[in-house]
Amino acid sequence: MSERVPFPEQIAATSKVAERFGDLHPPLDRQAAVPEANRCLYCFDAPCTNACPTHIDVPRFIKKIASGNLSGSARTILDANILGASCSRACPVEVLCEGACVMHRYNKQPIQIARLQRFAMDALYDSGAPLPFEPGAETGLSVALVGAGPASLACAAELRRRGIRADLYDARPLPGGLNTYGVAEYKLPLVESLREIEMLAQLGVDFHFETRIDAAGLAELEQKHHAVFLGIGLGAIHKLGVAGERLPGVTNALDLIAGYKSGSLTTVPNRVVVVGAGNTAIDAAIAAVRLGAIDVHIVYRRGPEQMSAFTFEYEHAKNEGVKFLWHVQPTGIRGSRAVEGIELTKLDSTDDGSIVPQEGSEFVLEADLIVLSIGQATHSGFLSEYPGEFGKIQAERGRIVIDRETGQTSNPKFFAGGDCTNGGREVVDAVADGKRAGVSIAAWLEAQHVIV
Amino acid sequence: MSSSKPTLETTFCGISCLNPFWLASAPPTNCGEQVMRAFDAGWGGAVWKTIGEPITNVSSRYSSIDWEGRRMMGFNNIELISDRPIEVNLREIAEVKRRYPKHVVIASLMVESKRESWHDIVQRAEDAGADGLELNFGCPHGMSERGMGSAVGQVPEYCEQITGWVKEKARTPVIVKLTPNISDIRIPARAAKRGGADALSAINTINSITGIDLDTFQPNPNVDGKSSHGGYCGPAVKPIALNMVQQIQADAGSVLPLSGIGGIGGWRDVAEFILLGCSTVQVCTAAMHYGYRIVEDMQDGLLNWMSEKGFATLEDFRGLSLPNVREWKQLNLNYQIVARIHEDLCIGCQLCYTACWDGAHQCIHLDRTSPVLDTTRTPAMVEVEAARRISSTPIPKLDTGSARTISAVTPLERIPRVDEHHCVGCNLCSLVCPVENCITMERIDKGISAESWEQRVAKGMVPSGASGVMSTNT
Ligand SMILES: Cc1cc2nc3c(=O)[nH]c(=O)nc-3n(C[C@H](O)[C@H](O)[C@H](O)COP(=O)(O)O)c2cc1C
Ligand code: SF4
Ligand code: SF4
Ligand code: SF4
Repeated sequence: MSERVPFPEQIAATSKVAERFGDLHPPLDRQAAVPEANRCLYCFDAPCTNACPTHIDVPRFIKKIASGNLSGSARTILDANILGASCSRACPVEVLCEGACVMHRYNKQPIQIARLQRFAMDALYDSGAPLPFEPGAETGLSVALVGAGPASLACAAELRRRGIRADLYDARPLPGGLNTYGVAEYKLPLVESLREIEMLAQLGVDFHFETRIDAAGLAELEQKHHAVFLGIGLGAIHKLGVAGERLPGVTNALDLIAGYKSGSLTTVPNRVVVVGAGNTAIDAAIAAVRLGAIDVHIVYRRGPEQMSAFTFEYEHAKNEGVKFLWHVQPTGIRGSRAVEGIELTKLDSTDDGSIVPQEGSEFVLEADLIVLSIGQATHSGFLSEYPGEFGKIQAERGRIVIDRETGQTSNPKFFAGGDCTNGGREVVDAVADGKRAGVSIAAWLEAQHVIV
Repeated sequence: MSSSKPTLETTFCGISCLNPFWLASAPPTNCGEQVMRAFDAGWGGAVWKTIGEPITNVSSRYSSIDWEGRRMMGFNNIELISDRPIEVNLREIAEVKRRYPKHVVIASLMVESKRESWHDIVQRAEDAGADGLELNFGCPHGMSERGMGSAVGQVPEYCEQITGWVKEKARTPVIVKLTPNISDIRIPARAAKRGGADALSAINTINSITGIDLDTFQPNPNVDGKSSHGGYCGPAVKPIALNMVQQIQADAGSVLPLSGIGGIGGWRDVAEFILLGCSTVQVCTAAMHYGYRIVEDMQDGLLNWMSEKGFATLEDFRGLSLPNVREWKQLNLNYQIVARIHEDLCIGCQLCYTACWDGAHQCIHLDRTSPVLDTTRTPAMVEVEAARRISSTPIPKLDTGSARTISAVTPLERIPRVDEHHCVGCNLCSLVCPVENCITMERIDKGISAESWEQRVAKGMVPSGASGVMSTNT
């Protein structure tokens, strides 16, 4: 373990990009954090805790900030959510904990739970103290985790704390999945994601990078380990299926975000069109602005009421200068050697609620870069090919079917969680899934009387 | 009362005052330049920083208690009396009086406990033009070790004797400033009165140690790693000061014109001290915290309140609350109130619930949704149940059907219920409830006439208990 280069040191400094992606919410300082913490009422059976998918004991960690017990505060957070630092930055708290704060009912600003959480986590990392958990006494059991994203990391932490070996396999060179490669930099910088995962390495989690697991590989893992956790996320971004889609200058939102975060992409051309209006589309559009584009459009088939992006993300994008074109459908991509524009047709909604192209409304929006963000495929193909020993892993509409309380799939030796089971949600949902699965795997193994 | 504009002008033991707001003897009244700026800001009087043989101070000398983000709720000092020569102070007093003849300047004095020393300083202070004298029998630190300050204030005989020496010489009113570092404030107050004092002022600072640095283990304020007990003042001491004021005012042997001191920072505090019988008030910490300018709102706010209440002068309401402070044995035992939660205001924090269970009488319940009232569950059981229920909580707004979890309306099951038959009316829940007027204490009419412990004893209904035990509160 001693020759291992810590994760945050494995990335090249991309200061130029970092400069452009300053914090969305600057950190609190002590003078601000303590009064804010004191504003928390310390509710009994607190609604904010209920609203957090990982059920962090919010009033407890906040009161510890107020009392100056910062290490205790961080421990309270990590106890419920091992990726507490990432979550404090990436969570849509407006619809989670802060959205549930009783202060709303008092016409007051909700407690700034996320910023307080980040304050406590930053203090832990800055203090240089190790993760406040010890690995459990080795049981000799081992679990393979496929994908090193938030779900698997959370699952691995639970396993290690119970003395079960955790072997993580990921196709990428660094751990973290979307946390590391997919969350907008102004929310969660790549180094922060890695800094947090570095602490997991101290728990003795084993990482195997640049290892793609196919159906055969999965079968092998099943042989070698006592259980398998699938945290495989989602597959490739969908294609539009129109002419010109293979032209240089057509990319997708995840590649764009991963590109600038890892430093392989530092600029974009002047005119960018993002297709789709989910939270990822918004992140990509804002990234385009910050990477130097002059004209950034989001085009979407429906209206603002139907988009899946949160309202505050939409507002943020507008503030950054992103323009929105509603009720338009891409029908083609123009360009001879590279992208020159996107063909759009206006849509009308009919009485029965369906949307139909408006005749003669076609027009071209000039663009140098087109970013697709119209949903992701699932790994259903890979799963259906899997020659399982105990039975197939059941999937529905491409999502792995699990028992929500335990994360167990239809094949008892397999557990799953995160985007591959819910079709794409928040980091914190994945962490919650992984945590529940970790606890359940340990319980299931014990119930199986697996001989050590 | 021609119901014209009310006035703040008043008289204190014969000294006429533009208003009752005086700066207490402390750093804000350290020199002439300061006192004149204070008068310009609107203060009606100043008790000069105590004059005596100049001393040497230590550094640092202040520390404080912050409370939930507010600074200096309690303030502590180990400063001594003026460190400037007596002559300089007296020269400046003369200068201030020449320029501000209508403003009150009181000379605060402290010298060694010798008759000649007191005669001498009284003469010089009055020659300088002071409108009155305040005898500092209060300083709890430093001076007491030299047989001055609270070393005098804590011994009634000294208190009486020195007041007597001063009265032999003084031509202006003599105010005795009392120390609270004593078991019964009336004992030195009575002594001062016997010695001939014209007025009293109370309280001086309270002995305290504000805190210890948990890294260095050194107490505050830190003087080269060591510290000493200091004098406590500021907002934290107001309740103690009010109690002492009431005790003096309710005691025939002590009562004299009184200048109230201790934690005063605004017009509401002033009104309270006057309602308990004070004629003027003195302010130190608030002026050190925010500067002289705070007096503007003290004037403005008090005058507005007086107009609202129809008071033309301070005398109209001075002491009005005194009859309402009684001994416990005179309180009505046949009076009952219960807590009532106003559901429309409740935000569902459930602080009242946990407070009543752990800190009061277990009569607030979370059972609004259950058809049969379940009063058997403890908070620990509720917490465990809640934890189970939330093991896979839906995400508000994302999971359809639960979009209404975030709303301005508190769900019924989060609103606690008071079992009024068991509520003892202790008030705790209404004190912890963060929402104003959400829990009100409602009178229950028992249909029986008022009766106190004293009356029950008189009727022979209850034994009177041990007699002859002196309570400090009687
Ligand atoms: C730094 C400091 C120095 C003080 N020095 C004196 C003094 O020399 N003579 C005196 O009678 N009281 C002195 N006091 C006490 C104040 O006059 C006053 O009685 C006390 O602070 C309570 O009022 P407050 O709560 O408004 O501060 C001093 C108080 C402070 C904070
Ligand atoms: S709901 Fe708000 S006030 Fe209550 S505990 Fe949570 S953060 Fe604090
Ligand atoms: S303390 Fe007040 S606001 Fe909170 S639950 Fe009780 S009644 Fe409601
Ligand atoms: S007044 Fe006291 S006993 Fe009654 S409900 Fe409130 S806390 Fe409980």
